[in-house]
Amino acid sequence: MTPLSPQANLLGSEFAIAPNRKLFGKVMTGMVFACVAISLIPLASILFMVIANGIAGFSPAVFTDLPPAAGMQGGGLRNAIVGTFITCLIGGIISVPFGVLTAIYTIEFSQGNWIFHFVRFCTNVLSGVPSIIAGLFAYGIVVLMTGSFSAVAGGVALSVLMLPTIVRTAEEGLKSVPKTTRMAAVGIGATNFQSVTQIVLPSAMPFIATGVTLAIARAAGETAPLLFTALFNQYDVQGVWQPTATLSVLIYNFAISPYKNQQQLAWVAALIILVIILGISIVARVISRRKVY
Amino acid sequence: MVDTRTDKEIIIKTDNVSIFYGAFQAVRNVFLDIPKNNVVAFIGPSGCGKSTLLRCYNRLNDLIPTAKVQGQITYSGTNLYDPRIDPVEVRRRIGMVFQQPNPFPKSIYDNVAFGLKIAGFKGNIDERVEQSLRKAALWEEVKDKLQQSGLSLSGGQQQRLCIARTIAVEPEVILMDEPCSALDPISTVQIENLIHELKEKFTIVIVTHNMQQAARVSDKTAFFNAGAEDGGSRFGYLVEYDDTRNIFGSPKQEKTQEYISGRFG
Amino acid sequence: MKTPRQNSTETLLEASTQFNPVRAIDQNFRRVTFGLAIGIGLILVWITYSLLVIALPAIQTFGLGFLVDSTWDPVKNIYGALPHVYGTVLSSFLALLFAVPLGVGVAIFLTENFLAPKILQPIAFTVELLAAIPSVVYGLWGLFVFLPTIKPLFQGLNHSFGWIPFFSTEPGGRQLLGASLVLAIMILPTIIAISRDTLTSLPPKLRQGAYGLGATRWETIVLVLLPAALSGIVGSIMLALGRALGETMAMAMLIGNANQANISWLAPASTLSSLIANQFGEASGLQKSSLFYEALILMVLTLVVNILAQALVSRFQQVE
Repeated sequence: MTPLSPQANLLGSEFAIAPNRKLFGKVMTGMVFACVAISLIPLASILFMVIANGIAGFSPAVFTDLPPAAGMQGGGLRNAIVGTFITCLIGGIISVPFGVLTAIYTIEFSQGNWIFHFVRFCTNVLSGVPSIIAGLFAYGIVVLMTGSFSAVAGGVALSVLMLPTIVRTAEEGLKSVPKTTRMAAVGIGATNFQSVTQIVLPSAMPFIATGVTLAIARAAGETAPLLFTALFNQYDVQGVWQPTATLSVLIYNFAISPYKNQQQLAWVAALIILVIILGISIVARVISRRKVY
Repeated sequence: MVDTRTDKEIIIKTDNVSIFYGAFQAVRNVFLDIPKNNVVAFIGPSGCGKSTLLRCYNRLNDLIPTAKVQGQITYSGTNLYDPRIDPVEVRRRIGMVFQQPNPFPKSIYDNVAFGLKIAGFKGNIDERVEQSLRKAALWEEVKDKLQQSGLSLSGGQQQRLCIARTIAVEPEVILMDEPCSALDPISTVQIENLIHELKEKFTIVIVTHNMQQAARVSDKTAFFNAGAEDGGSRFGYLVEYDDTRNIFGSPKQEKTQEYISGRFG
Repeated sequence: MKTPRQNSTETLLEASTQFNPVRAIDQNFRRVTFGLAIGIGLILVWITYSLLVIALPAIQTFGLGFLVDSTWDPVKNIYGALPHVYGTVLSSFLALLFAVPLGVGVAIFLTENFLAPKILQPIAFTVELLAAIPSVVYGLWGLFVFLPTIKPLFQGLNHSFGWIPFFSTEPGGRQLLGASLVLAIMILPTIIAISRDTLTSLPPKLRQGAYGLGATRWETIVLVLLPAALSGIVGSIMLALGRALGETMAMAMLIGNANQANISWLAPASTLSSLIANQFGEASGLQKSSLFYEALILMVLTLVVNILAQALVSRFQQVE
């Protein structure tokens, strides 16, 4: 190896970065920045349009009135807001215990056996199931059985979509509780049930709450699974076994309707959904900061 | 191996015990009797299997799927590994204090009360919590903040809280797995004093890296060592078990002599 | 329940063998969680089974020929899935064509320190926001904002490049290409998130080694990091593909719902899911059964793609 002579000018030496190498770098950097810009433009546009159009159509009647019939003026989203809340709630009631108990099995009891991998595989596959399929499934097992479209059918469809998120975050939460804490409980004679319900689960709660809220946020915007389950209802919800209006289905119905007033309300509903989703996401972030460990 | 206190009642009998993790033999052929109301120290270099053996005494090794115990461990005449025995019942009688203080993320009060509640304790919980904290020499420091989180205490206080939690359910035996290794010298002295007082009521088995600690707190000492087979795989075995003063004063085995004089380990 | 000390005459063996409600609860708790863990798998089977049951008449009537038949005639009661399979595959393919370079580019941007972390974090958060926007809102935006805006561009494409079969039709208000572009935006976050995770999890010694040999930043990225992250990136693409194939609302609102397979990307089309969303309400009998048959095809498509994606992503994570 010959040492570089002191006079060697780096730029002039044969090891200098050739101009075309520099150019390549500049072009690529430019392209990456362009990628970011192109990706952010649609987002900015969506947010801007939803906020602008949503506010333009906004009035207190949105919360107090029923949706307008075709060609009518005014109207609100009262029943759809309530319906979204109810279907999400039913989805949560089904999926949260299911998901959390499943996670308890995989993390606390499975000791990495085949069921652990089986559940991992199934949750991954389940999270890839198209949302409309979840809707058809709930149609097949609830609507056909009970003979009616209903909020329960919608909730069942949503629960299928919420389940993977809940299992995953509950697993993460349980894993965040140190092994030594379980050892401590078991070491003084707690059964697994006592250790899990009284020590591990409360410690994992912030995590699990985050997962549940995120799953609910996702469910609040789902439309396809509700089309043939909760269906829609021009009027107030009469019960969980009746067809139920939701914000997301209302957006779809009104967006493709030819009436300006209904289209306007679709934007308002979109704004409300975005506010709900963003609000829930922020709440989730705040909860996840209150970690015990 | 001479037991100079054969008059003492034996609470745990370790009879030719070997412990395996899968195919790996962690502990080989241990015979060791623990007399009631004594403090027995396990010393030896790391990897000699002393913690592994300790965990077998309250069946915490059950939590490791590959762990397997051969030989017999009897507690007050009952085989601990009898298939009819419920490990939860074992752990209520033989409690454990761990290396790292591991209070529950609950209030100081609830940390101590937890064991009582799960054991279905019907008496006055407040009273028992206070008693236990007093016995653990922690009461004076925490009596005004019982509702604060156990995790808010200092390391030494946390470890005493863990001891209070263990003694609250009144086990017969307390296992301590290097309880002072994460603590500062002052907290260590406090825990050691505590061990002296606790032996009035409990039998204590303590694993420690610290030979001075073993000499200070224990009545009997077991010295373990790590051996290597021809194939190179390591295993732990018991070298010598005797009264502490004999182990430190006149050990019979050369290995023990070398270890306590600091020539290896 | 007694504590050991309350009844010291009770031996360990007695305590272990006599009935104890706490132990009974513990054992049953374990059984319940075990049952539910198995239940996750059963749900997948149940979903497939419930689709199959309703699809059965259509499967018996049309057999596998359903896949290559392009008739959809409720009057004669003859149905075929070809246009919808074609629309589904083509729209997903086009969406990937746009989203993959964009997504990988953004992932590189977010991991290779082009800007200070203070600026990167809000951008990363914004990208996550894209994933949080419901599909129906994308549809609404596409319908009233994006498609009208992009229409002149499509008309230009048709006028200048109309001799290319893909651009051979006069663009209507809704068509395949516009829907595919919106779809591309929707799957972008999936590609970015997983590609980014993959790039950040590469061992630092790869970067150090390349820089140490005198490679420039971009030579390091293109020649060392991207090849190393390839399986993770491909996995992210497969996951995005899975999402694109099943996407329903935006497609139902934007693709035009034409029951025909047109070579031109500027013509209206339909996908498996958009057809189901559109026709389910009025369908009955064999038509409904055919819709479930289409759902079954969609289920199989997405299952295969997702399982392949899982295999790729998890293989990468094991290498780590």
